[in-house]
Amino acid sequence: MIRDNASEMAAKLAAGEVTSVALTQAHLDRIAAVDADVHAFLHIDTEGALAQAAAVDAKRAKGEKLSPLAGVPLALKDVMAQKGIPTTCGSKILEGWRPPYDSTVVANLKKNDIVILGKTNMDEFAMGSSTENSAYGPTHNPWDLTRIPGGSGGGSSAALAAFEAPLAIGTDTGGSIRQPAAVTGTVGVKPTYGGVSRFGLVAFSSSLDQAGPCARTVLDTALLHEAIAGHDPKDATSINAPVPQVVAAAKSGDVKGMKIGVVKELNGDGYQPGVRARFEESLELLAKAGAEIVEVSAPNFEYALAAYYLIAPSECSSNLARFDAMRYGLRVGDVDGASAESVMNLTREVGFGKEVKRRIILGTYALSSGYYDAYYGSAQKVRTLITQDFTKAFEKADVLVSPTCPTTAFKIGEKANDPLAMYLNDIATIPVNMAGIGGMSLPSGLADEDGLPVGFQIMSPVMKDERMYLVGAALEAALLSKWGAPLLDKAPIMGGAR
Amino acid sequence: MSSLSRDDVAKLAGLARIEMSDEELVNLANEFSVILDAVARVQEVAGADVEPTSHPLPLRNIFRPDVVVPSLTPEEALSGAPAQEEQRFRVPQILGEE
Amino acid sequence: MTLSYDDVVAKYEPVLGLEVHVELNTNSKMFCGCSTIFGAEPNTQTCPVCLALPGALPVVNEKAIESTIKIGLALNCSIAPFSRFARKNYFYPDMPKNFQISQYDEPICVDGYVDVEIETDEGPKKFRVEVERVHMEEDTGKSLHVGGATGRIHGAEYSLLDYNRAGIPLVEIVTKIVPGTGKYAPEVAKAYVAELRDILRSLGVSDVKMEQGSLRCDANVSLRLIGAEKLGTRSETKNVNSLRSVERAIRGEMIRHAELLNAGGRVVQETRHFQEDTGLTRSGRSKEQAEDYRYFPEPDLVPVAPDAAWIESLRAALPERPSIRRKRLQEAWAVPDKEMAAMINADVLDIVEATVLLGADPTKSRTWWLGEISRIANDKDVALADLAITPADVAEIVALVNAGELTDKLARQVVEGVIAGEGKPSEVVTKRGIKVVNDDGALMAAIEKVCGEQAETAEKVRNGHLPAAGALIGAVMKETKGQADAARVRELLLGHLGQTN
Repeated sequence: MIRDNASEMAAKLAAGEVTSVALTQAHLDRIAAVDADVHAFLHIDTEGALAQAAAVDAKRAKGEKLSPLAGVPLALKDVMAQKGIPTTCGSKILEGWRPPYDSTVVANLKKNDIVILGKTNMDEFAMGSSTENSAYGPTHNPWDLTRIPGGSGGGSSAALAAFEAPLAIGTDTGGSIRQPAAVTGTVGVKPTYGGVSRFGLVAFSSSLDQAGPCARTVLDTALLHEAIAGHDPKDATSINAPVPQVVAAAKSGDVKGMKIGVVKELNGDGYQPGVRARFEESLELLAKAGAEIVEVSAPNFEYALAAYYLIAPSECSSNLARFDAMRYGLRVGDVDGASAESVMNLTREVGFGKEVKRRIILGTYALSSGYYDAYYGSAQKVRTLITQDFTKAFEKADVLVSPTCPTTAFKIGEKANDPLAMYLNDIATIPVNMAGIGGMSLPSGLADEDGLPVGFQIMSPVMKDERMYLVGAALEAALLSKWGAPLLDKAPIMGGAR
Repeated sequence: MSSLSRDDVAKLAGLARIEMSDEELVNLANEFSVILDAVARVQEVAGADVEPTSHPLPLRNIFRPDVVVPSLTPEEALSGAPAQEEQRFRVPQILGEE
Repeated sequence: MTLSYDDVVAKYEPVLGLEVHVELNTNSKMFCGCSTIFGAEPNTQTCPVCLALPGALPVVNEKAIESTIKIGLALNCSIAPFSRFARKNYFYPDMPKNFQISQYDEPICVDGYVDVEIETDEGPKKFRVEVERVHMEEDTGKSLHVGGATGRIHGAEYSLLDYNRAGIPLVEIVTKIVPGTGKYAPEVAKAYVAELRDILRSLGVSDVKMEQGSLRCDANVSLRLIGAEKLGTRSETKNVNSLRSVERAIRGEMIRHAELLNAGGRVVQETRHFQEDTGLTRSGRSKEQAEDYRYFPEPDLVPVAPDAAWIESLRAALPERPSIRRKRLQEAWAVPDKEMAAMINADVLDIVEATVLLGADPTKSRTWWLGEISRIANDKDVALADLAITPADVAEIVALVNAGELTDKLARQVVEGVIAGEGKPSEVVTKRGIKVVNDDGALMAAIEKVCGEQAETAEKVRNGHLPAAGALIGAVMKETKGQADAARVRELLLGHLGQTN
């Protein structure tokens, strides 16, 4: 039953064919069987999950009306605060920290009676594209355990691909939901900025961060999207408007007459042939389904990566200042005669990993007096230009598309010592965050040269998230038709379970 | 060609309260000369007539009413404290002037 | 040798800058819903936001915005149609995020002024202190330094942090530089802070108690040779906790700067701490290397763009300016300057006005509050406002005296009774049986009785020795239990003994 998708599980739960406790236990067993190899999870809340599951079963027995995903298990990226449960953000500096409060996303999950299995691995403080920057060791791609699962949310996507959970929550600042989805053959969505509350999402880059739904199908993702999205008065940047009708769109999948814009600048050199091939095929399928493919240009996108690697480090240098050994988290060097300052300095040196320190220093520089205008200030201007490019492009097309990332999953260790090469993984996903629009990645097939998953990215205008789901559902259906079975059936069988 | 010296990085590390080893400082200085060149590209298009964006959304005037909401209990507030005394966070001696 | 102040101002002219921080009296904090009540047990008024737990986000308190706009309007500022919050980044254990949410280049109010009047050798003189900006920010937590001498930070072994005050809304009011005050710089500064305090109090946006820290003043001073154009190096003095300290601190700094400059030295740009006991300042953090705060727009908060209608409604509801109110009352009550100053210094203006509004004569009201009642307050070592007597009570007592039902002396008994909690004036009169004996017949009976008992003294008066009447009057007062009108007794007595008053 772990190989069902979430909607199928929900249907069985509703029909009384299975209890949530049994379903949850099955997933806990699966985790026990495979996670030693995958290492998707940092913390498994066996007791809590089973208790939640039992509570849902009790409600159902009483005949209470339950939400669509009630009783279905989920994996939570370890960057989201969950009360009483260890939340590390993949960092040593928060080892053992248990938040005294729930993030709004978690509160919404609980309200919907979704069972939280545990916290998933991630690049430290969401900085990275491979989950190799986790202080607790990398996660391994279920398609090939020697390869990265993407990042920063590699744990969540790996958990899905390894059937350890049918649903997951990720966060996306420059592609951290979409790129892992692409390289693991799963679905991931970054909603419109402000569509999902950031209260309780440990901040990396405040104006770019967004939590989002991940699953194995577009419909599952849509159901999860509606469960977590919505206005939150505790987040001053959250949008006070109804949640886009993404489930209806996912169920419809009717793209007849829709204009699909191919972004010229996001599909050129540097993209692996297998990635481009799958992309072209997907375009053909969408055309067959009645959509019109047009070409659009976004000339300022070539500056997006540079701008991102100024804005995000700048904001993070400030957001991570609170990790100072005074109120929570790691404290080292507190010996006789030590000062608060020396304890702070030593703790941050020891508690933060290399990439985090690199970005903090870069951000400190970009904001510093005399350099602000040239770096941070200029990056904010590029942001305006990118937004304008999107606005113009959306006049010509209802959604924009591109390959999600230039390559398939690379080997663990392959790019670890080349920061710039690592940063290039996000080249197609970053513009979406810069403009605050919505972005989805869904599997478009396997690359011929290495047999690894390739992702198709769909981008929709601000608060028009339903368009991504419409096009995604259409493509998914067409591909399923073509393949005859879900793509993940082709992944290596792990743990002997089917 | 922008570059940072080891001492430049040391100053930044000081501002960021991270005690870096000499080796780290030198490595970062080297990495930065490549990174800074790459990110400096933003200056190519950041003309004087372009407005900077600090917020992706055109929201304004988001407030909360002046109403008291229950706080955390002191136990919850102090639950993560590396050290505490008399219901306060205990920190090593502070050198800087108030 | 220490320079005299006169020596200093003979050679140099001061330039002032004043930064005043005001704690707003909102119910909840600036960016979260924690209570702002003073004096709570440590860390009982904290939450993920003001503790800066990972993942927490700020949301702006609407009342704080309103109060800040009111302050700006009262200081004649323009309200910015668009203003933004910014992060001021620096590390300090009492500041949980290690940045303060403040405002940088887009404050909410700009370009205002406050007019003050001070006494000079040439009589009263007006000064206009220009206000550069008014902006919002948040306060820090409080640290207790343990192990050192006198709880100070130097030599402390460790510190204990309480974050109850972290996130309390603060408004910062910054003046433009204030030249042209000459030797009156200390007085101008004091008058400015005093006027600011009165304006803020009249707006009801803060307790403005300097001793409690809800109004804090940092004084910046620099000197330049008289007639010079270039500004001298300034020093910033903190820990100025009273109006008198403002004056003393500026005077002290002017002398200190002058001594340095006269000796060929250089004033260091630094933060100094004012010391109450000596009136001098002590060096603190050096600002030679100004800390790089790396300001950038706060991404977790959206800009503030108050609409014109809201601003105008706040402007329309502004209370009368304190200085204007004082002038109006002084004219209406025909109070001489000295007495007016006494009322203002004793802070009884509000309470006297309340009494007058209930119908009492202004002079009598003033006399009661400043005189007898203040004396009782001092004896009991309590504040005037904490006594059980109200303006309504005083108005009633004045009315009773006017109606002849009480003499001033009896009225004092009634005041005592009301303060002692025996009830309203009329109740005290009844309970204590206080009644002016108006009846001439009764008075005559008492007079005749006393004259009979003290025949010799009565004889003296009959023979023209008037001072002797005092003893007889005293006896009559005693006979009537103090309830006779002494003046009337005297009249009747003298008449009875064949003398005129």
